[in-house]
Amino acid sequence: MKRREFFNKSFKAGVLTTTSLLFGKIPNLLAFPPDKYDLVAIKGGEPDVMFDKAIESLGGMKTFVQKGNTVVVKPNIGWDVIPERAANTNPLLVNRIIKHCLDAGAKDVYVFDHTCDSWNSCYSNSGIERSVKDAGGKIVPGNSEKYYQQVSISKGKRLKESKVHELILECDVFINVPVLKSHNSTDLTISMKNLMGIVWDRGYWHRNDLNQCIADFPSFRKPDLNIVDAYSVMMKNGPRGVSKSDVVNMKSQIISTDIVAADAAAAKLFGRDPQDIEYIKYASDMKIGEIDLSKLNINRIIL
Amino acid sequence: MTKLKKIRVIVALLFFFTISLIFLDYINVIPSTLYEYVLWLQFIPSLTKFVNTLTISAVGFLVILLSVLFFGRVYCSSVCPLGTLQDFISRVSQKLFGVSYFNWSEEHKWIRYTILIFSILSIPLIGMFIIGLLDPFSNFGRILTNLFYPVIILLNNLLSSVFESIGLYLIYPVDIRAVSLAGLLISVIILSVLIVMASKRGRLFCNTICPLGTFLGFISKVSLYKIKIKEEDCESCGACETVCKAECINSESKEINFERCVVCFNCFRECPTTAINYYKQNLLVSDNTIQFKADRRIFLNKLYYIVIGLGSFGFTQIKIIPEKESTVPIKKNVPVSPPGSNNIDHFTSTCTACHLCVAVCPTKVLQPSILHYGLEGLLQPRMDYLTNYCNYECVECMMVCPTGALQKLLIEDKKLTQLGKSKFIKENCIVETERKECGACSERCPTKAVRMIPYENNLHIPDIKNEYCIGCGACEFACPTRPYKAIYVEGNPKHLIAEKPPAEILDKKIDYEEEFPF
Repeated sequence: MKRREFFNKSFKAGVLTTTSLLFGKIPNLLAFPPDKYDLVAIKGGEPDVMFDKAIESLGGMKTFVQKGNTVVVKPNIGWDVIPERAANTNPLLVNRIIKHCLDAGAKDVYVFDHTCDSWNSCYSNSGIERSVKDAGGKIVPGNSEKYYQQVSISKGKRLKESKVHELILECDVFINVPVLKSHNSTDLTISMKNLMGIVWDRGYWHRNDLNQCIADFPSFRKPDLNIVDAYSVMMKNGPRGVSKSDVVNMKSQIISTDIVAADAAAAKLFGRDPQDIEYIKYASDMKIGEIDLSKLNINRIIL
Repeated sequence: MTKLKKIRVIVALLFFFTISLIFLDYINVIPSTLYEYVLWLQFIPSLTKFVNTLTISAVGFLVILLSVLFFGRVYCSSVCPLGTLQDFISRVSQKLFGVSYFNWSEEHKWIRYTILIFSILSIPLIGMFIIGLLDPFSNFGRILTNLFYPVIILLNNLLSSVFESIGLYLIYPVDIRAVSLAGLLISVIILSVLIVMASKRGRLFCNTICPLGTFLGFISKVSLYKIKIKEEDCESCGACETVCKAECINSESKEINFERCVVCFNCFRECPTTAINYYKQNLLVSDNTIQFKADRRIFLNKLYYIVIGLGSFGFTQIKIIPEKESTVPIKKNVPVSPPGSNNIDHFTSTCTACHLCVAVCPTKVLQPSILHYGLEGLLQPRMDYLTNYCNYECVECMMVCPTGALQKLLIEDKKLTQLGKSKFIKENCIVETERKECGACSERCPTKAVRMIPYENNLHIPDIKNEYCIGCGACEFACPTRPYKAIYVEGNPKHLIAEKPPAEILDKKIDYEEEFPF
């Protein structure tokens, strides 16, 4: 291409762009485009309905999942209790998320957790095994050390290395689906705490400043999307709970790509100041995400 | 007469394979509620259960006694899985080392009656220790649980890896959480003894060591029908003797020592005529029995000293071994016995250590003990909280116990049965030593008997409310301090009832129309 020709074409292209900008759909430019929300908070519906609305306002699941992608959905399946006890993520929500991923063209959607209680009982009694299979996802084990690969966490202050489930290392998209709960020593368990279920040696975290380790891990790998299930919330006796009386029906959900923001919003929903939740504060100090919700563009939906 | 033999073989294989299946069913395909039907006829478990629970359903042993009173030791070649195992060994060794035949051999009456009387007399002194160690069913169970179970798991994991390498999660891998060296050692010894004895001499074990074989043999002295050789029909071919794995047929004198006969019907099939057959007996006491009574007196005299000697040995054994030495050592005074065992004395005197509960335990918290219960409790299962903890929602071990050592509890009752109490060693705790949050113990506690309460510098430290503790061991297992735990369970010699954890209803009203708090 000659220089003159290049200028010519560039000029024409420039004019074209400018005119289309000037006379195009102006209202669309003033409003935030759908994918510009930092966080979506929704309340008042069933878990699946809320997720449909919330993900739509982020441009749908195709914003996060491309055709042929391998996706890992990581709910909390830590406890051998029934869904009503809300110690594990709501199975209906997990089911819905998987369907959205598959609709967006995901090749495989894997689901697992390194459970606390006996893993096969957790999988079945939580209702999640069933819901995954019904949605067309693959529920895979997390109970054997052989699945976990050693990684180094260079930015971690206390957690310098950890063994991480190979599917997390191999997948294209990692979707974190914690359930909001009270916790006996970290006060709350939300998105960051849920990542303890993708590593092998949880005891190490407990031995070495639990709150710092929780904040350290996302410096290695942040989930591509955090979906906080706050439909039924265990207000006390967490994380396992003792009876159904620990649970309050909040019918809420929070979605964000920012793990710190998601936890901060969930903490507020619970009635706590995120600054008081040690690991959220640590993570914010480490610039892992935004703790100050006023700096975020939040889409609040009340059904 | 080959029909009887065929039926016998089919029955034997049925028992052998169903029993093997329930021991090796590592993914719990077979509902544990069916186990008791499979094991109903196993003599020693059934008798033990009957004596200890006096339940009518545990009368399988009476059926066996009746069968012996009619036809001799039918049990030994049909129902007993260890008997069938010996037949397999014998079969294989004959195939490997060429055809070999059995010959009539002298009996070892002195040895087997010594063992029998010794086992029975030891019960009041050291419980089920000797019986459990020699019981054929329990031995079979231990061999399967300690030797074959791990092999099955390894095969499973191998297959699982193969499938996973092509992206299929068809078979889940199973963790081998613990290997019991004591269990392994005993099983290897017994299996070796069986291989040595059975490969050349058929059922020598059953007729010299097995106390049940001796006992049933003793009863068979008065069986209504006995297998005999009718001299006038016998062609003196000697075929019967060559196939008699109990080595109890003397084809020259045409005599059968029916006490040793395991009723396998091999001779029935082999006999060219019908000379060898069941014949109805005169029920009057024979000379034989009288002679035995005289023998017995001599044994009793000798045995007295042996039993007393071993009994005192049992008592002088250390009943407790401290878990670990440390600056703050954990001293467990009482081991934790499984749910349903009610109290440790009852448990150790009832359990034959067949390890069926060890095999079915989904968390593998049940492990064979060494000297935790003392010598009399050798190999009996205990709650090993370093391996795992007891699943709050599970009652499997109680469902399958064939001896009544573990009695069935409803799930609601099991959740309130206190096997032991948690003890906290503050000096070992992370919160105290590191001044950082931990809470791993409280996290897993199903009743919140272990709670975290405010501590210095806004921290939380464990606090135990023993009235809610059920001794499941979740706290001990989860405690991350190494090498010494900061929380552990001290067993209750007698299980207690815990209080139901309080369930206060939260009066939090949610307004679904209200704006978000951010």
